[in-house]
Amino acid sequence: MSLDAKSTGLATSVYSPRIGTRQFIGKVWRWIFFGSTALAIVLLGLLLWSIIEPGWSWLSWNLIANPPSRIAEKAGMNPAIWGSLWIVLGSGIGAFVVGLGTAIYLEEYAAKGRFNDFIQTNIANLAGVPSIVYGLLGLLVFVDLLHMGRSLIAGCLTMALLILPVVVISSREAIRAVPSSLREASYGLGATRWQTIWHHVLPAAFPGVLTGIILAMSRAIGETAPLLVVGGASQVLWKPDGLFSTFMVMPLQIYNWTGRPQEEFEHLAAAAIIVLMIILLLMNSVAIGLRQHFSKKARW
Amino acid sequence: MSDTLTMTMNPTESSTHLESNHDAVVKIPGISAQAFQQVQKSTTKKNSVLELKDLNVHYGNFHAVNNVNLSIPEKSITAFIGPSGCGKSTVLRCINRMNDLIPSARVDGEILYHGQDVNARGVDPVEVRRRIGMVFQRPNPFPKSIYENVAWGARINGYKGNFDELVEASLVRAALWDEVKDKLKESGLGLSGGQQQRLCIARALATNPDVILLDEPASALDPISTLKIEDLLRELESEYTIVIVTHNMQQAARVSDQTVFYSLNENRQGILVESGPTQKMFTRPDDPRTEGYISGRFG
Repeated sequence: MSLDAKSTGLATSVYSPRIGTRQFIGKVWRWIFFGSTALAIVLLGLLLWSIIEPGWSWLSWNLIANPPSRIAEKAGMNPAIWGSLWIVLGSGIGAFVVGLGTAIYLEEYAAKGRFNDFIQTNIANLAGVPSIVYGLLGLLVFVDLLHMGRSLIAGCLTMALLILPVVVISSREAIRAVPSSLREASYGLGATRWQTIWHHVLPAAFPGVLTGIILAMSRAIGETAPLLVVGGASQVLWKPDGLFSTFMVMPLQIYNWTGRPQEEFEHLAAAAIIVLMIILLLMNSVAIGLRQHFSKKARW
Repeated sequence: MSDTLTMTMNPTESSTHLESNHDAVVKIPGISAQAFQQVQKSTTKKNSVLELKDLNVHYGNFHAVNNVNLSIPEKSITAFIGPSGCGKSTVLRCINRMNDLIPSARVDGEILYHGQDVNARGVDPVEVRRRIGMVFQRPNPFPKSIYENVAWGARINGYKGNFDELVEASLVRAALWDEVKDKLKESGLGLSGGQQQRLCIARALATNPDVILLDEPASALDPISTLKIEDLLRELESEYTIVIVTHNMQQAARVSDQTVFYSLNENRQGILVESGPTQKMFTRPDDPRTEGYISGRFG
């Protein structure tokens, strides 16, 4: 519909609205964004298909319950599943404690200024350091210097270091998002800084902190390189039985299997990737569930 | 210092007079003579709870408040009025050291609370804030139950008495009890804006303060809720010293015993122009700038 100048009483000479052109430009952008979304979905679909197609028929109870074996039909990844779960749990707890502590200090205690910005920039940079570098650090500090050997605890600590920057950054964001009116309300009643943090800031920030932790743990479960260095690439036939026990993780197991000449092991590797993805999916669902649960409490 | 409220002006400020007739009674739309009658009572001399001496506040390099001198009498309502950005909220937040939370803020001068400088070495801001409670512009109840909103402040301050009684007494005094007594376990955030603000007042009362500071407590509320808050303040006046910042001149006229008018000087610094009994401030202010602001000529 077009409104002419006479009926609306507007002088058209001063404006040249070019509504048709503006709307066309808007449509072009819309299709560009749709295209990028579609491309991402198609690529993801192809990736999934390239795993599910060869691996689907090799999914079996053996794969989950058995230890690795030279015979593909009997081979499983039980030690690797347990190893991954322990690594993820251990590194998650470690990164949670240290990362949240750092975030609280930087946001609530440390003076805002150059030094704080400097720390912030460095933490952000650490998040981009190649993971193999963390592996080498872990090998030097935990395995050799602290005599932990190639053990589960050394793996957990190395992974904790790896995900620490992400946890610090996301926890800081979550703490910063807590409205200052909540802090003021608390201070205004004569609460100390710690009482304010413990009773108000942390409960309100917790859903965000949790999300960051879970995302970091998802990264830890898929990491291979650092554990290749710290854990060693040897086959482990038993699940870990203590902090100083040897361990195997899922990505390493997959890497190991894809390197074998027999075609069966390639199928097995694909099946193992499916298991890894299912576990990842479960972890993320738990995370979303927990976040929903806590955000319901912390509303303002 | 014979007046209930004393103010000292910066000599350089008083020289910038606008032309005006000092004896003329300022006509304020919407404010009737009756409004002042209830304000009339505070002519008897009261001890001052708070004295601000040569108060200056800087935010970084910005000189936000320039040389405020003021005395606030006990068990009365003092209103801070003035145009936006004139430093009235800043002065209010200095009194209970809320400005400590702003890293760039620097406060000079003395704020004497019962003769003790709140900024002196060894004075804990936590203790200051327990004695001088605060209610903020936007209602900010905790995301907790109504009961817990009131009880929390008392609990962290080591209250040893019966919490049920404390919560009830505080809510009764904040004129909220009847509306919430059946839903104390429900979230404070489920209440209406006006109820939330009264909950915030109840929360402040529960820590047994001596002074209550209110920073535009009704600016986010509808007129009916606003009137409830005003009635409540008049009730509380017999027990507490109340200082209220307001943008609403009628509100200042309705509730306060003393009015303090702040404005900006030529350097955009907040200054105290004039203070005195509310009736005098609204009918025969000494300073033409007060008259100009109150009669709506600027601000």
